[in-house]
Amino acid sequence: MFRYIVRRLLQMVLAFFGTTLIVYALMFAGQGDPIQALAGERPVTPAQRAYLTETFHLDKTGVGGFFYRYFDYIGNLLRGDLGMSLTQRKISDMISTAWPVTLKLALIGIAVAIIFGVTAGVIAGIRRGGFFDNATLLLTLLVLGIPTIVLAPLAQYFLGVKLGWFPPTAGAQPSFYALLLPGIVLGSLSLATALRLTRTSVAENMRSDYVRTAKSKGLRRRRIVGVHVLRNSLIPVVTFLGVELGNLMSGAIITEGVFNIPGIGFNLFRGIRTEDGPLVVGIVSILVVVYLVCNLVVDVLYAVLDPRIRYV
Amino acid sequence: MQVRRLAAWAAVPLVATLGLAACGSGDDGGSGESNPNATVSIQIGEPQHLIPTNTTETSGNQVLSALFTPLVDYDAQNKPYEVQAESIQSTDNTTWTIKLKDGYTFHNGEKVTSDSYINAWNYGAYAPNGQGASYFFEKIAGYTDLQATDPDGDGPQKAPEPKANTMSGLKKVDDLTFTVTLSAPYSEFKTMLGYNAFYPLPNAAFSAPGVIKDGFEDAIIGDGPFKIKGTWQHDAKVEVERYDAFPGEKPKVGGVEFRIYQQLTAAYADVISDNLDVVPTIPTENLTSVASDLGDRFQQSPASSFQFLAFPTFDPAYSKPEVRKAISEAIDRDEIIKSVFKDSQQSARSFVSPVVAGYRDNTCGAACEFNPTKAKSEYAAAGGPAKITISYNGDGGHKDWVDATCNQLKTNLGVDCVGAAEPKFADLLDKVEKKQPVGMFRLGWIMDYPSMENYLGPLYTTNGSSNYYGYSNPQFDALVKEGVSAGTPDEAIKKYQAAEDILANDLPVIPLRFGQNNFGYSSKVKNVEIDLFQRVNLTKIEAVS
Repeated sequence: MFRYIVRRLLQMVLAFFGTTLIVYALMFAGQGDPIQALAGERPVTPAQRAYLTETFHLDKTGVGGFFYRYFDYIGNLLRGDLGMSLTQRKISDMISTAWPVTLKLALIGIAVAIIFGVTAGVIAGIRRGGFFDNATLLLTLLVLGIPTIVLAPLAQYFLGVKLGWFPPTAGAQPSFYALLLPGIVLGSLSLATALRLTRTSVAENMRSDYVRTAKSKGLRRRRIVGVHVLRNSLIPVVTFLGVELGNLMSGAIITEGVFNIPGIGFNLFRGIRTEDGPLVVGIVSILVVVYLVCNLVVDVLYAVLDPRIRYV
Repeated sequence: MQVRRLAAWAAVPLVATLGLAACGSGDDGGSGESNPNATVSIQIGEPQHLIPTNTTETSGNQVLSALFTPLVDYDAQNKPYEVQAESIQSTDNTTWTIKLKDGYTFHNGEKVTSDSYINAWNYGAYAPNGQGASYFFEKIAGYTDLQATDPDGDGPQKAPEPKANTMSGLKKVDDLTFTVTLSAPYSEFKTMLGYNAFYPLPNAAFSAPGVIKDGFEDAIIGDGPFKIKGTWQHDAKVEVERYDAFPGEKPKVGGVEFRIYQQLTAAYADVISDNLDVVPTIPTENLTSVASDLGDRFQQSPASSFQFLAFPTFDPAYSKPEVRKAISEAIDRDEIIKSVFKDSQQSARSFVSPVVAGYRDNTCGAACEFNPTKAKSEYAAAGGPAKITISYNGDGGHKDWVDATCNQLKTNLGVDCVGAAEPKFADLLDKVEKKQPVGMFRLGWIMDYPSMENYLGPLYTTNGSSNYYGYSNPQFDALVKEGVSAGTPDEAIKKYQAAEDILANDLPVIPLRFGQNNFGYSSKVKNVEIDLFQRVNLTKIEAVS
């Protein structure tokens, strides 16, 4: 197990550099005129253009320029310096203020998915074909069919503005209550997927040999489902939720925009829109690490859930 | 080379929301009385910068208007009057003597002196500081000595140090008086001084002469009616509170929270639920419901923006004024404003905005009248192109009206017309500058200071900073130049108007729409006004308790 983790950690280093190189190259290739993008429709003065070009090495173009800028970036990164955004703010500052709120939002989302999705999935799986099963199937179909870009404003309008149950927007330092509605919206997509995964997996295991054995041994139903079935059924769900946490981190772009939460998703969106290469690569680098760590945790959890899965 | 603010209100909507009057809720239960200690919240976008000489967008400008006092402000006729200045005088329009009122202090207690202005302006004009609004100082003598050109364009060599770091045109006379010498006479210099680039900076801003201290921008010290509370919380808010030692007109609220929103729709949702006090721009998608959502708390006021379609005059297909006129006559402006913009803008039939002195209605004349039959016959007679392209930037919400315009041209001229979206404004500009075939293209303009010159000079003079369509008419150039150096603002206006008449004849662009502020506010505030620069008037606004 220990050797497995070390090997995975080493792979993570490679994956990290590989992905940053790719993202950096994409950003570099897609970059038109970031100075103009920053200024919007206002013309840029030559003095300001010269100043920004100098500061961000924008005069380094072509293949040589790319490697110059990439190694400059990596060098700074290894020294723990994420560099400056084109708006001349330190990227590390921007990420450290944006991070906590996105993390909270993602955790609420994942909690919603676990509490409601997994529970409902287990119930639906046990009572396969019943009314509850069919009702949840229909509901999840609906939720999966509505994109966040529709769901979020609708939830905001009806639950926030019309009924007044939740504040319509959350802001930068939101209370738990203010984050609840965006968290539910964010989590609803994972909820639907988690529910269906759990349901299928539970339904399948309910028919397996070991459940039949357990039943014939006279074990109580609660114990069969709670220990035997659940433990085996959760493996695909854990895989999904682990990766989903990373997804929620970055995928909060729309939800964060609608509920005015200046988190990671918003910063990423802004970076892409203003062709702010350093900011995008900085955020993506961090997201890559989050994904890799989530994956590692998921793999380790496998072994805990199912001792038959052993890594050498 | 210098540039003015070329912007389309639709592109980066920057707004401000007025603060929550949270404090007043308990006492006398909504009697409608004003609470002078309440905080109001105003919606803005994340400012790019808060150093006055580096601030060129509305959000930053809104925050600075709370923190600073301008030398001059504009009255109901949009003529300048002195605020922090005691007097601004000149006998020859070249050397201007600016006397300051006594008694103004910065929020750290420092007195506002002529040095506060001279240092701030020199900092702003010095090219290596890369300040976005540095071109505002170009009329001052010695400005060119603070610039340096890179010997090889944007190439690897660093630009040399400029010859000087202070402008020779700025001279201190005493603590409250200084003179500004311009490199050429300019009758409307006083009008310019209302722009935020001309705010002063305290000594505390500088760590060494000409170097701004690290972190000053986040906790900026001004001389205005409000001082900053804490620091600028990026992407979240900027809070300001009343500065009690302010000698000018006192605001009627205790403080303002400039709350930063990424999306207007979020701010709008907050305003209709009373979570936010002012949204200075109603999002387009909410324009249909705003009257029922807010009632008379939805209001409109004039704004300075001007939207137009430009012709590539370098393209032979559009080189004949007759062709351009026919296209203009085939466009039903009122219909598009009604159907696409829900009456949130006004039809434009002149080349300068109604908000500046010297504006005349309908200077474009017959060329801007909707007349499809005449248009069709004239277009055929002049031999206009069989296919028209209208290019626009796809990120600014222009698709709807461009498509509507195209449909009108198809119907009324019998031509083929397509709207071509470029991903970003920069891509559009790039193509235009390289004279690639883009067809007609959309542009917008927001003024920097209320003067006809600010509309005519940059957009249509031969070397105008935003003259992307290559229009050149020596007679027009001469008239604008005469206007700039005219003895009085009134004489200047006459020259500008004569120049505008030339535009009506040549029609290098088709005027389409003048902007309006469409704003809304919560039930917790009253006396909300939005000025020509899309800023909430912070001395007028009151919180209702």
